[in-house]
Amino acid sequence: MGSNEDVMDETMRKRLIEAMAQAVIAHADELTELDRQIGDGDHGLNMKRGFEAVLEALPATAAKPLPEALKGVGTTLVMKVGGASGPLYGTLFLALGKTISDTPTTATLAEAFAAAVEAVKARGKSQAGQKTMLDVLVPVATVLSAGGAGLGSRVRAEALAAAEATKPMKATRGRASFLGERSIGHLDPGARSSALMIAAVCDAIGASP
Amino acid sequence: MNRKASSKNVGVVIVSHSSKVAEGAADMVRQMVGDAVPLAFTGGNADGGLGTDVAAILAAIERAWTSAGVVILVDLGGAETNSEMAVEMLDEKRRSHVAVCNAPIVEGAVIAATEASGGSPLATVKRMAEELSPQ
Repeated sequence: MGSNEDVMDETMRKRLIEAMAQAVIAHADELTELDRQIGDGDHGLNMKRGFEAVLEALPATAAKPLPEALKGVGTTLVMKVGGASGPLYGTLFLALGKTISDTPTTATLAEAFAAAVEAVKARGKSQAGQKTMLDVLVPVATVLSAGGAGLGSRVRAEALAAAEATKPMKATRGRASFLGERSIGHLDPGARSSALMIAAVCDAIGASP
Repeated sequence: MNRKASSKNVGVVIVSHSSKVAEGAADMVRQMVGDAVPLAFTGGNADGGLGTDVAAILAAIERAWTSAGVVILVDLGGAETNSEMAVEMLDEKRRSHVAVCNAPIVEGAVIAATEASGGSPLATVKRMAEELSPQ
């Protein structure tokens, strides 16, 4: 995804944000079911509400430069998602928007993503290993930072595998931590939604002309 | 909202996932502490279901606002995260005058309001509420 091959124009911004939103909305029932097992069963619904609002605002959002567009997505998620995932995903996009450039290269994207993941850690007072979205975001940031060939497909694979890897973990942060040992054996809904969004973005970039 | 409340006392905001819990906690504060303290509450997500709503929290902070600042009492995780998000979205001058308390929501709100009604500063109100938390 070097800046030479892919121009971060309005069409591209629209495609990426739309792909992410559609992925979340299409999997809303699955996310809610995962959350029913170890949380309060509202993750899919909450995320769907948030991303429907993102889609509604998309024409205006995509017309803005990338940093502003990402901040717009973040603000919408903060205001519309409800539940803890609103401020957590909102913070991810707000922080991305704050750090990223209009036309990111792989290196500057990796830097911005790493900064955004740090912001999510601070917002959630959490670290990787606690069975949360960070268990996807942190390894993805590592793969992104390393760079190299076929990055899009490797990021995609890492995100999906990292979400699966939350299954045997015991939750020590978030609602699932109330369950303690009983959280073991279930996929974390926040890790899954993070993976879905990252995979959708990778697919959309791969599909670019 | 509370015209009788002194504008010099710290205000109290109650943020629950449930509008009934938030309203009930506020009722208890009113009955036990009276109306010397600006008090606002919010509960539920934007669709009226269980959850918390940053825009509603910002509005509640506005209603309870005084020059002495505002303490926020929250219930479960999302209420805390959303309240912290709301505080960050305030303009810079106000941000340092709002504190989210690590305290049980009902007891914390009553103790905070009691302390605030005596004219204690923000830091004291927060500390008294947080003394209720298991260390």
